[in-house]
Amino acid sequence: MTGVPLVEARQVTRILPGIVPTTLVRDVSLAVGEREFVAITGPSGSGKSSLLYLLGLLDLPTSGEVLIRGRATASMSEVERGQIRLSTLGFVFQFHFLLPEFSVIDNVMLPMRALGALSPAAMRERASSLLSALGLGEHMSKRPDQLSGGQRQRVAVARALANDPPLILADEPTGSLDSKSSEQVFEILRDVVEGRGKTVIAVTHDLELAARMHRRIQLIDGAITSDAQRQPIVT
Amino acid sequence: MTLVLDIAFTHVRSRARQTLVAIAGVSIGVGFSIMMAALMQGSQDDFIRQLVNALPHITISDERRDPPMQPAESEYAAARIYGLTPERRRRGIKNPLATIASLEGWVPGAVAPSVKVQGILRYASRDVGTSIFGIDPHREPRVSDLVNQMRQGTLASLYRANNAIILGDRLAEKIGARVGANITVQTSEGARIDSQVVGFFHSGVRSIDESASYVLVRTAQILARQTGLVNEIRVRVTDPMAAREVSARIEQETRYKSVSWQEAHEDLLNTFVIRNLIMYTIVGAILLVASFGTYNIISTITHEKARDIAIMKSLGLSEGTVRTIFVIEGQILGLVGGLIGFVFGYLLCLALGSIEIKSPFLDATRLPLAYSPWHYAIALCVAMVSSFAAGYVPARRAARLHPVEIIRGAT
Repeated sequence: MTGVPLVEARQVTRILPGIVPTTLVRDVSLAVGEREFVAITGPSGSGKSSLLYLLGLLDLPTSGEVLIRGRATASMSEVERGQIRLSTLGFVFQFHFLLPEFSVIDNVMLPMRALGALSPAAMRERASSLLSALGLGEHMSKRPDQLSGGQRQRVAVARALANDPPLILADEPTGSLDSKSSEQVFEILRDVVEGRGKTVIAVTHDLELAARMHRRIQLIDGAITSDAQRQPIVT
Repeated sequence: MTLVLDIAFTHVRSRARQTLVAIAGVSIGVGFSIMMAALMQGSQDDFIRQLVNALPHITISDERRDPPMQPAESEYAAARIYGLTPERRRRGIKNPLATIASLEGWVPGAVAPSVKVQGILRYASRDVGTSIFGIDPHREPRVSDLVNQMRQGTLASLYRANNAIILGDRLAEKIGARVGANITVQTSEGARIDSQVVGFFHSGVRSIDESASYVLVRTAQILARQTGLVNEIRVRVTDPMAAREVSARIEQETRYKSVSWQEAHEDLLNTFVIRNLIMYTIVGAILLVASFGTYNIISTITHEKARDIAIMKSLGLSEGTVRTIFVIEGQILGLVGGLIGFVFGYLLCLALGSIEIKSPFLDATRLPLAYSPWHYAIALCVAMVSSFAAGYVPARRAARLHPVEIIRGAT
């Protein structure tokens, strides 16, 4: 990796306060650059999702620092972090988390409308082209509950790509899907990296899928135990 | 902003049943508030109208507001002198015709002289005290509504007989006199005349109807035993609400005590302040109760939409944006409910106004209602403010939800 990392964690620790404080992430340092396809693996409760939320600025570390393209985020306001999430990050969760009252295309347009960088016609054009590319061209006006689980997850991927962010964070993106849909979603994510030149960091406990990614970071009890780099993406 | 509105409208639309209940709550609240305000304002206006019309707007009497200084008081520098018999002054307004001419020069309205005498009416061995007003039947219609208050006879009837008298209907009832009856009028000055009842009037104000009577100016002067006496000047101003200010200026210029209708009925007008306070408290309470419906629906939506809130926040929507969505939802309910409430309130007023009433205590045959855009504006404002408050509390709570907690909870 050369230049400034896309996302970087420097000695990040997250402790959940309470009568008995729980350490979710312990002293994690890592840097992820452009066009990486990273798997975060580990047993349940190892802090995989917590680390992903910290990298995605959804949560704040108790200590340490998360940097996005070299910019420290700890001192940023909630609005500034929101703007970074809108413009630089895309999220895909285990469950699709689409807004049920909105159509598929409206769900995809949501981040674009929130960012407000494009005209309404350009937003619709981009959303429609993303959905078509993901094989959902016929379902654009449907509601999420009219789609299968795999289709919904593909809509979620389209929504994550809506603002053309360089980094996609996926939390168990295939966790609730059957094997066929899992494979489809995985292929889409791989295409996001290899075809669209994005970086994907995906939390998964599916070691088989993780083995097909280019870098695997293993967490146990909130700490990184291994960080295996396979091969850089060549385009 | 269109995104925020879009989400807010979608939420409200997708919860049709709850939305309708909340809107109905606000509508009923606004409707009944408008009806209450129309009724209270209408009855108040009607009452004030009666007060205004019952008497001249301003009455200038030959009294002074502060007792004039006695000669001994001006002669000696004592703090106070007791036991002196006050200097007798000739009754009446000095140079009444000149005073009237001067007032007619600037007072916006009409001016007429009158003579007021306290007397006793005696008829069929019944004695009743009365305030006798000597009036000029030609000028009186310009300064009071007496001509329209006549129930029997006319003002011109005062010319029909010697010492003719017009009585308040309740006063006539008290002594049992009818038109044509010959009654005896006696005053504290020792005058005593036989009078013929030529008419009755009804002002609607009980205290006047059971104590006032009208005669010609010269008859009143005979009763007062003072030729040429004018001890009252009656004024009717173009704008009754400006009577207090005009009265103050008259008093300043003439030095005579000048009493506006507002001052004469100050105690009654003061009760309206309390009445209005009660009214607005009730109206406020109605709308407050209605706003609970709004609170309920916004609370329910925010509770049900916790996951969506987490998604929106994870996408990058700020706390402020999320809060605005739910506040707007409250405002939509308040606005739609308010507008429907306008129609409901207007229909309620029409329905209430169509009810015929027959009461011995009221002159009106229908409930007096006031139709004012202010009632609608105030009701809508209160509805919007209460809807804002009802939406803001759950909206703030929703906006503060931590997306990670909800996402974790969902997974």
